[in-house]
Amino acid sequence: MASPPPHGLPGHLVDFVGALRRHQVPVGPGETVDAAAVLGALNLLHREQLREGLAAALLRRSGQRAVFDTLFDLYFPIALGRGRSEVEVPWTPDGEVDLDALRDILADLLRDGDDAALRELARAVVDALGQAGGSGQGGNGPGQQGQGPRNWSAYQVLRQLSPETLLARILSDLLAGTSEKDQAFAEEVARREIRQRIADFRKMITDEVRRRTAETRGRDQVAKTAVPKQAEQVEFLSAYADQLAQLRRTVHPLARRLASRLAVRRKHAKRGQMDLRRTLRRSMSTGGVPMRPAYRTRRPGRPELVVFCDVSGSVAGFSHFTLLLVQALREQFSKVRVFAFVERADEVTHLFAPGNDLASVMTRVLREAELVTFDGHSDYGGSLASLVEHWPDAVGPRSSLLILGDARTNYRDPNLAVLRRLIGQARHSHWLNPEPRKQWGSGDSAALRYADLLPMHECRTVAQLADVVESLLPV
Amino acid sequence: MPQPPLFGSVDDVTERLAGVGYLASTAAATTVYLADRLGKPLLVEGPAGVGKTELAKAVAACTGSGLVRLQCYEGIDEARALYEWNHAKQLLRITAGQGRESWDETRDDVFSEEFLLPRPLLTAIRRSEPTVLLVDEMDKADVEVEGLLLEVLSDFQVTVPEMGTIAAKRRPFVLLTSNSTRELSEALKRRCLFLHLDFPDAELERRIVLSRVPELPEKLADSLVRTVRVLRGLELRKAPSVAETIDWARTLLALGLDTLDDDAARATLGVVLKHHSDAQKAAAELRLN
Repeated sequence: MASPPPHGLPGHLVDFVGALRRHQVPVGPGETVDAAAVLGALNLLHREQLREGLAAALLRRSGQRAVFDTLFDLYFPIALGRGRSEVEVPWTPDGEVDLDALRDILADLLRDGDDAALRELARAVVDALGQAGGSGQGGNGPGQQGQGPRNWSAYQVLRQLSPETLLARILSDLLAGTSEKDQAFAEEVARREIRQRIADFRKMITDEVRRRTAETRGRDQVAKTAVPKQAEQVEFLSAYADQLAQLRRTVHPLARRLASRLAVRRKHAKRGQMDLRRTLRRSMSTGGVPMRPAYRTRRPGRPELVVFCDVSGSVAGFSHFTLLLVQALREQFSKVRVFAFVERADEVTHLFAPGNDLASVMTRVLREAELVTFDGHSDYGGSLASLVEHWPDAVGPRSSLLILGDARTNYRDPNLAVLRRLIGQARHSHWLNPEPRKQWGSGDSAALRYADLLPMHECRTVAQLADVVESLLPV
Repeated sequence: MPQPPLFGSVDDVTERLAGVGYLASTAAATTVYLADRLGKPLLVEGPAGVGKTELAKAVAACTGSGLVRLQCYEGIDEARALYEWNHAKQLLRITAGQGRESWDETRDDVFSEEFLLPRPLLTAIRRSEPTVLLVDEMDKADVEVEGLLLEVLSDFQVTVPEMGTIAAKRRPFVLLTSNSTRELSEALKRRCLFLHLDFPDAELERRIVLSRVPELPEKLADSLVRTVRVLRGLELRKAPSVAETIDWARTLLALGLDTLDDDAARATLGVVLKHHSDAQKAAAELRLN
């Protein structure tokens, strides 16, 4: 049982704010004072209101909410120890947990979608099943004694419960009573809904395990590993599939922000030549004396873009995101051509036409384009050679060449001569590399040799990529 | 200046907003209560169509305040937001008084109350009745307008160089909305409480639909809300928001349909999903073909 903090509630609030700062949520002292005023104005027993009130005072951007929620659950936990719950875990006469009856209860609650009851069930289940080192040894079942500090495991709970296997049963329950049984659409909607509820239940179990662990191990320890990264700080090369999906949702807002930042830069840029005719016209209202000069409007440059991107392995996620961003910014370019490669290159511009569904375009690229000749490992030299051989006029004197990849060519010939020729033909060339700079040149990476020929930029996270793209777009 | 708060508690906020037809989530009610108690402005961000502007109108309606609205657009400046001198009237006054008055008298008269055209921000400061000031689509305005707002929002006073400083007798309830097309400046965000108004949860959305479309059968509302939530889970270009759910309900009623089966969904999907690629993707994933 943790002792109360030395400076009472204000000290606890300052600790909470310190934890937020350590996880890259910038909170200033003014906001901490506001948060203290919030604590004074609200009823502290209403946990949800307290959560929303602190979020209103401390957060300034919508992407920080996941970090805030996790830390709030650690610093203002919902209960201490087991807590009270309305839902009880069923026990068999021998003192073991009755798993079948428990799964029945879970199936009923998932079918009804009762969130509050599911949360209480998660608490009870973690207490009964969650201790690493054997099932049914903890909790208040018959024949148990209180023991010392324990290890908690979400994997163990979920392995025994296996909520995914309940999907078919719940689905047939839901559709049994209705006449929509034969309709594919209603079934698909119901199936997705239940899958989402199961995913939410798994998250409840994980949160509860985290809470119990924080009590035994201390919350700083848990905060180091369990707090999710903000979307902008996720690294492309180490992101999971669902993190990448979440990143893809942010492409359109990001493109809008880049476009408006570019518009501001264009407005403040050098004004250009004076337009004599319009100035004299304006001077007529001030008696022939020119008082407000008029300038020739500068038309912003719209380059032709040729994108050459590596779609193998982990770099595919980075390429996908960048291609989506280029597509969302297509008004800034007069023409965009996209070439994908693994061992040889193929043109895939038609797959990125405006009307197409872009979320799953990578699978189409890998399926329809001819990219593999030998063993499926990246070959930068061979791909560059095939680009120049089959599309010799793709990169012209008005094009900007953009290469996306990590330059790991599996010890094959990097073919610098061909790249040098391409760079000579293009107006601008840039390379975007998702690897950290200190790994360039290690192992089979030819990044440093390519970096001698053209500017290579590090784009590990979305934030870095956005900055690089913004600086490359012409004003 | 201490003034009595408009709301007594968070539950009071929820009840009174519901009384004028706005069903608020816990987050919205808590932040409105805190903005009122602490006297700070409220910055509301969120996807289009979730009810950001409606919140301001509902707060004004349920507290009996007047609503002063400043709609921001690209290129808005001080003359449209804060105040402007009525130049034509001033010129007439000067020509009318020529020869009969000294310059000192004319100058004092020309820069007085009579010739000042107050714009929304100044109007909101000068009112002595309870007021709600809504600055809509703050992100469309430029950074210069944010600088104007800083003085207004922190001290609730406006400085007119010729007339002095005008301080608010009664602090208005300020609400700023933003669609996040641009990052607002840190100085502005620091002066406000922040509310991210996201899509509501299933229960709340059902109640909203039923309150806006009362003739809708409950079972249809239920399946509508469930389907819209599944659509939001797909990776679409524009996820349907609450306004689209209400439109869909009204469309189904107008067509005389009372269940959401395959044919009804296929026929009316265009009401909810406004992009062609989104409609195709939804049809493929939900097996509507």
